[in-house]
Amino acid sequence: MKTAAIDRILERYRGDSSALIAILQDVQEEFHYIPEEVAIRITEELDVPLSRVYSLTTFFKAFSLTPRARYPINVCLGTACHVKGAPRILEKLERDLGIKTGQTTPDRTFGLEAVRCVGCCGLAPVVTVGEDLYGQVEPAQLSRILKKYKEAGSKS
Amino acid sequence: MPKLTLDDLRKIQEKSRRMTMLREGAGKAKITVHMGTCGIAAGARDIMVAFLDEIEKKDAKDVIITTSGCAGLCSREPMATVELAGQAPVKYVDLTPEKARTIFTDHVLKGKIVMEYALALGSERTF
Amino acid sequence: MKTYRSYCMVCAGTACVSNRSFHIKEALEREIEKQGLQDEIAVVTTGCNGFCAVGPLVVVHPEGIFYQQLREEDIPYVVEEHFLKGRPVKRLMYSPPGEQTPIPKMNDIGFFKQQRLIALRNRGLIDPERIDEYIARDGYFGLAKALKMKPREIIQEIKDSGLRGRGGAGFLTGLKWELTRKAKSNGGKFVLCNADEGDPGAFMDRSIVEADPHSVIEGLIIGAYAIGANQGYIYIRNEYPLALKRLIIALEQARNYGLLGKDILGSGFDFDIKIVRGAGAFVCGEETALMASVEGRLGEPRPRPPFPTEHGIWSKPTNNNNVETWANVPSIIRRGAQWYSQIGTETSKGTKVFSLVGKINNTGLVEVPMGITLREIIYDIGGGIPHEKAFKAVQTGGPSGGCIPAELLDLPVDYESLSEAGSMMGSGGMVVLDEDTCMVDIARYFLSFTQDESCGKCTPCREGTKMMLHLLKKITEGKGTEEDLETLEQLAHEVKETSLCGLGKTAPNPVLTTLRYFRDEYEAHIKEKRCPAHVCRQLNTYRIDPDACTACGLCRKECPEDAISGGKKQPHLIDQQKCVKCGICFDVCKFEAVCID
Repeated sequence: MKTAAIDRILERYRGDSSALIAILQDVQEEFHYIPEEVAIRITEELDVPLSRVYSLTTFFKAFSLTPRARYPINVCLGTACHVKGAPRILEKLERDLGIKTGQTTPDRTFGLEAVRCVGCCGLAPVVTVGEDLYGQVEPAQLSRILKKYKEAGSKS
Repeated sequence: MPKLTLDDLRKIQEKSRRMTMLREGAGKAKITVHMGTCGIAAGARDIMVAFLDEIEKKDAKDVIITTSGCAGLCSREPMATVELAGQAPVKYVDLTPEKARTIFTDHVLKGKIVMEYALALGSERTF
Repeated sequence: MKTYRSYCMVCAGTACVSNRSFHIKEALEREIEKQGLQDEIAVVTTGCNGFCAVGPLVVVHPEGIFYQQLREEDIPYVVEEHFLKGRPVKRLMYSPPGEQTPIPKMNDIGFFKQQRLIALRNRGLIDPERIDEYIARDGYFGLAKALKMKPREIIQEIKDSGLRGRGGAGFLTGLKWELTRKAKSNGGKFVLCNADEGDPGAFMDRSIVEADPHSVIEGLIIGAYAIGANQGYIYIRNEYPLALKRLIIALEQARNYGLLGKDILGSGFDFDIKIVRGAGAFVCGEETALMASVEGRLGEPRPRPPFPTEHGIWSKPTNNNNVETWANVPSIIRRGAQWYSQIGTETSKGTKVFSLVGKINNTGLVEVPMGITLREIIYDIGGGIPHEKAFKAVQTGGPSGGCIPAELLDLPVDYESLSEAGSMMGSGGMVVLDEDTCMVDIARYFLSFTQDESCGKCTPCREGTKMMLHLLKKITEGKGTEEDLETLEQLAHEVKETSLCGLGKTAPNPVLTTLRYFRDEYEAHIKEKRCPAHVCRQLNTYRIDPDACTACGLCRKECPEDAISGGKKQPHLIDQQKCVKCGICFDVCKFEAVCID
């Protein structure tokens, strides 16, 4: 399955030597991380050293070398969110999930990240869970939000 | 051959002129159809449809049509008010779709008040 | 086009979408159909309206009625009352803070009244996913005019308009175009649009692309023609999915109409645009780093000169402007340099888009003429500070800018005045801070940002910001000394002078401005071991007010150190020996019984 997906992605950029970053972005989107065997396959296909993939994937924040959670939680720490109490929201989530920022829960349901400005400053403080965005979040609301995803996660 | 020419651009713009004007809230004439419960019961919707149809047929791009509540004279519904920019509004009563079409052609487009359908020249200016 | 009598413009900017505006749209369509009005009233989705604070929102034309904070259950009533019976619904209109009388019309609301829209001229008035609506509002007519002019004349027009780069530094756009035009190339030139908006607290570019993507595309085509480029790039943050989607649609539509591609509008000029998605590195907002990233390389800056106007993407002359700059171009060409240069001040022409956020009532996006005062933006447009708190400062220019204090509220907003105050225009983030904000904490916040985003290539930025952050942490934890303050200040100047790129050169600005205007707060932290705004927790003492405590036991349960004692119906008590000042008790208390001394 991985081979088919990576073939499809490589096909999109055939012959474009500047497309390494774009290919990695598509891989990240597909697998939610950059699997080692995929990285090796790309370097063979584009004829670039593996060290280059490593340097790009560790430089840019969009990439991850380990699998990310099913519901990545991003707490916005933009300036507007910061002054409206985002750090306290992050701490509450760390306590509720029992993990530190940058970690993933053992069941891989939730991952917790602090991010820099998602561009919704009008709604500060902002938290995103997967594709969903929550604005004007109060710490007290968080457990209700988490519950929704826990239930959705256990159903499927 | 280019796909699109300046003339094509102009045509696209012309086609949408009424839409643009409405969103900017501009227009040289405004028709208000009174749509209280009594108005609707007396057939105000048909009057509205007739006006809209006229706008389309006559390609009158700068005419705004809107609704308002009961005008307080329920026995003379359906009613509509026509306001040309810079002029006093005129109230029309006991309308039928045919009367509405005449009002549209004579008053809205040509500026000639249709005295036989008019109730009064009022001072209730709305724009 | 069908003849409607009314249009409902539903805001579908990111903020309103997250407040369920698509559900509002569906409800509107459903109810309109139920009332049989579908041939009379059209529902349109638009880009960001700007007034994000009161979303989700709908504007009804031709009357211009502004509905705010809508819920799906409000919609049947609105459709019946307003659309059918012509009675706009007062309770869903906006009332200014502390006032009872609602303001029905959008243009009468203070937030909108003082704005002057050029870059955002189509916001809320068109569906960004329909090119015909853009054309209806004079879209691509600037391009048509430009293609009949000589490139030299276009550049002169842009120079005469006085337009300066809206990305922050304020370089004259026309001059940059001229440099790129004159640069020699053995194989093509490029135009580039920097949409890698990374400043925390800013979302101007996202909103422009979401609300009016064609304005950016039209600007790029005009620029490319003037400069002599046949290929353009738009480098956009991957974290902006909605903007990205609308941009892809817009490019496709422009191509279908032949506004991109070969022989544009019969001029013989060929041009196309490619999208490059950013991969999440703040430093890529720096143009040389951005260009490296376009080529698929690591996004690290390089020393300038040579400047990109001579040596850019693939070593070819490249003209880079940001989203807002490009979006201004079509109007300038269409209406002329003279029209544009009448707006603004002597040195800063035209308008500027700001994202007005933080401790302010009317958060959102505003476009104002240059030269307007901070006071007018914050009080007349922004509606002042919530909860009757005192205004402390406004932070402009993101991590590269600084904090401007209350005594400078009457400062006119232009490139020079903001620089003189120690801050900068930046890309347009404007974060309002009130009395509950600690200025040392703000400086620490920005340093932690720049330190994290420093690419590590040059030593002053890599090590300097790290050391500065260390000192700031020390001070916020109450361990700072007076000597630390001196070192901090000295380091700030060194990093500013010796860093390689704009990131490092401007990183000390938040520290320098807070030291300049709020030195007393630093001193309180150091000498009195006190945080005047009670933000730095290590300097707080938490105490429970026995009169307010209901003995609910929540804080006792949540305290990680078991530092709180107390039983049923007994006011609780914090053991100061055990307390680690985590502030959890303060956060969880529902009765405001936990106080900070």
